[in-house]
Amino acid sequence: MTEPLLYEISSPGRRGCRLPQPDVQREELPAGFLRDDLPLPEVSEMDLVRHYVHLSQLNHAVDTGFYPLGSCTMKYNPRVNEAISHLPGFTQLHPLQPPDTVQGALVLLYELQEFLGEISGFPGISLQPAAGAHGEMTGVLIMRKALYDRGETQRNVILVPDSAHGTNPATTTMSGLKVVQIASDAAGNVDLDALRVHLSDQVVGLMLTNPNTLGLFDEQVLEVTRLVHEAGGLVYGDGANLNAMLGICKPADLGFDVMHFNLHKTFGTPHGGGGPGAGPVGVTAELATFLPGPIVVEQEDEESPFLTWHVPEKSIGPVKSFYGNFGVLVRAYTYIRMLGAEGLRRVAENAVLNANYLLSRIRGVYPLPYDRTCMHEFVVEGRIEGAPDVRALDISKRLMDYGFHPPTNYFPLIVPEALMIEPTETESKETLDAFAEALLKIAEEAREDPELLHNAPHTTPLGRLDEVRASHPKTMRLCYTQEC
Amino acid sequence: MPYIPNTDADRAAMLAAIGVERIEDLFHDVPEEVRFPMLELPDPLSELEIQQELLMLSEVSIDLNHTACFLGAGAYRHFIPSVVDQLISRGEFYTAYTPYQPEISQGTLQAIFEYQSMICALTGMEAANASHYDGATAVAEAVITAFNVGRRKRKKAILSPMLHPQYRAVARTYTQGMGLTLIGDDDLSNGVDALAALCDGDTACVIVQNPDFLGQLYSPAEMQTLADAVHGCGALLVVAADPISLGLFAPPGDYGADIVVGEGQPLGNPISFGGPYLGFFACRKRYVRSVAGRIVGETVDTQGRRGFVLALSTREQHIRREKASSNICTNQALCALAAGVYLAAMGKRGLRQVAELCYHKAHYAAAEIAKLPGYEIMGDRPFFKEFVVRCPQPVDKMLRYLLDDWAILGGYELGRDYPELDDGLLVCVTEMNSREKIDELVEALAELGGPRQGGEVS
Ligand SMILES: Cc1ncc(COP(=O)(O)O)c(C=O)c1O
Repeated sequence: MTEPLLYEISSPGRRGCRLPQPDVQREELPAGFLRDDLPLPEVSEMDLVRHYVHLSQLNHAVDTGFYPLGSCTMKYNPRVNEAISHLPGFTQLHPLQPPDTVQGALVLLYELQEFLGEISGFPGISLQPAAGAHGEMTGVLIMRKALYDRGETQRNVILVPDSAHGTNPATTTMSGLKVVQIASDAAGNVDLDALRVHLSDQVVGLMLTNPNTLGLFDEQVLEVTRLVHEAGGLVYGDGANLNAMLGICKPADLGFDVMHFNLHKTFGTPHGGGGPGAGPVGVTAELATFLPGPIVVEQEDEESPFLTWHVPEKSIGPVKSFYGNFGVLVRAYTYIRMLGAEGLRRVAENAVLNANYLLSRIRGVYPLPYDRTCMHEFVVEGRIEGAPDVRALDISKRLMDYGFHPPTNYFPLIVPEALMIEPTETESKETLDAFAEALLKIAEEAREDPELLHNAPHTTPLGRLDEVRASHPKTMRLCYTQEC
Repeated sequence: MPYIPNTDADRAAMLAAIGVERIEDLFHDVPEEVRFPMLELPDPLSELEIQQELLMLSEVSIDLNHTACFLGAGAYRHFIPSVVDQLISRGEFYTAYTPYQPEISQGTLQAIFEYQSMICALTGMEAANASHYDGATAVAEAVITAFNVGRRKRKKAILSPMLHPQYRAVARTYTQGMGLTLIGDDDLSNGVDALAALCDGDTACVIVQNPDFLGQLYSPAEMQTLADAVHGCGALLVVAADPISLGLFAPPGDYGADIVVGEGQPLGNPISFGGPYLGFFACRKRYVRSVAGRIVGETVDTQGRRGFVLALSTREQHIRREKASSNICTNQALCALAAGVYLAAMGKRGLRQVAELCYHKAHYAAAEIAKLPGYEIMGDRPFFKEFVVRCPQPVDKMLRYLLDDWAILGGYELGRDYPELDDGLLVCVTEMNSREKIDELVEALAELGGPRQGGEVS
């Protein structure tokens, strides 16, 4: 099943929207400045609607089925968050309005800063970063600036465990620092000996994901953060996995100095097909002066409470226009207010329960490189005994035939044929059972009829796609309109 | 608990299958001294309560439905047809994630491909990516792209002083560790000729905005002259553009731009207190391997049917890690979807019509204001939807008066960014401003007018 392109259903003269005539006199247009042609499609409103509805039907989404994409926390996106975020008192505010005209929005942002501070233990919060990776860059620039501010300008290395997400090393380079990779030990923790070897007065700090990307809580995390601090470095926490920690522990209490939140993971804001998300950053009191701003503060010397903007004194500078992805922040705020402290803890508990339960159902069939109690996700190897040429990718593609979105594939890199599975707390036991049954059935199929897996998926709108062709200079086509 | 379907019976069965007694037992790896902190958060609310409370909170602010808005400066109020929100609110779009698995993500992938195609059409470029966080970060990434195209040997980027102040600030934040210097924007008199003169063999790129932050337009001819000078130094020309203006004015691809970026919010995304927006990014095909972010390409499936996939991913962080062109992962996909639906709904003629409405109304407003004693429209360049009014009274006080007495957001106080222009008010007029409201603005300004006479604001 394929859908024609907008350009292919376009017909000269069709309109998808009618606009009014000007209510003022027409001014002459400046000759020599104008364009000749504007090659946009011309479609009727109904054709437009059908086109996008058809496209939507080609997607798997949380709303259509189970989406255990590890590291992404594909939980249910509550509808009330959408309704609230669409209120005109939020969507129809100009970011440059004077603060006294936007107190409603400022109250929401201020309280969200407070909530995130309470959940994480960090007194300084900036809501400005737009996504996790954006928060990472913010955090690493803060660490760099804080150390340079102390005169330690020789520090130019960030330590990154070998299990880290690709954004961690990429962020390091973008921040002008060098990556040194730290090995993991046999239990899936940071290898303390490897860490000690690389700690020196060259080190800005360590970027650590905890629970890590194996879904494991680092059993020596306090020792890890202590060692980094002892060497004069700072510890960055990649908060992608905070869903397992809500009300379980505060990252600041583990010795982290900076952390980003992933509101589109932990706090139920929709992933949008790849964004927008939000990646607020939390820091210790000592680092708060380096945060990007503006952030919302209470104005002193006012009679009634009044909120306004403030740019921290030694700020690294703004990381985007204005204050952050406000519409996303409204959703996360609503989510936290709906759940409260107890609800958030239940989120973490049930996320971890669901993951351990699912693991218990497939343990023994799919190799488990680190056999420990997992947190909100776990990583197995997509290798099946008796089916030597079946790969993780084949298993993933075959899962589509059972109506499931595959797990994350080939990440983390330290697990061969990794399948990273994150069920989230919003899934029922029935769904987990059905998914486990499918994985078990696929293991059988792999032994009996490996071709069934190699040729999967069979029931999707399209079969496997030729990715090489899409990137090859001779065949690459990146848009419809130009020779490209 | 909301959103958690497990019942007590489910939990008991699951714990038994795992082989532990209590959920708490699953957290034995968490150091005991920090385990299970009390969180001080407001009590949970039902949906009924939260709807009531947040409706009230939202009404505390003065929204643009209840005030006349002539404020732009990087965030714009444009008409959004109903189909945009209706279509992007389909759960199949907004509850999916990055289309890593193309067989079950063709909807998102094709929509991005179409968005890329329309951005190329608009800008006159040959390739576009799937979006950046906003216009400012797209500018920053353009600097980095140019730096990489120059093999990191060219260590200078030249910025127009009339490039949006936030874009310049964000570009500085992004590049602070890279050993790049950003120059040219410290002197307001640096026009395109002066920027061309600054360009040398150490320059990675020159960045100008057209129309610029003050609303002024540069002709294709003078832009081409700049492009030739920039290319003569072996550098790239980056143009930041208002996408609505491109419905009417020559695309940067026509006058030598190598990279075209901008704030995509005006394309079907609400003003939303500053976000979420999207940065669009388009370039010549020869630079595409240095670009940041997701790019969708066309291909075929096993049966030869057309389909779409994420292309050129060897540039990206999940493959290249520390050697990636950027760290960007999640972008602003749903905002780009909105932009795509918007562009398709407007189509070839609609977008031009929107641009013309802005142009005519802005010129009407400028002409009327120019008639008032004490006011002057700055400069004599053609402009699009924004223009600078030099005012007879302190701008901050005037704005306060307009808001308090007339319920008008009168514009942006330029002195905040340009001390030399402290009598400058940046006024924005779009298709959303009726003649009636424009006349009201003029009337209000008239009341304040005259060089320090009558209507003095207190
Ligand atoms: C562990 C980890 N870190 C960082 C990121 C980057 O977050 P974002 O995609 O929001 O930029 C991700 C996202 O997938 C992740 O899983």
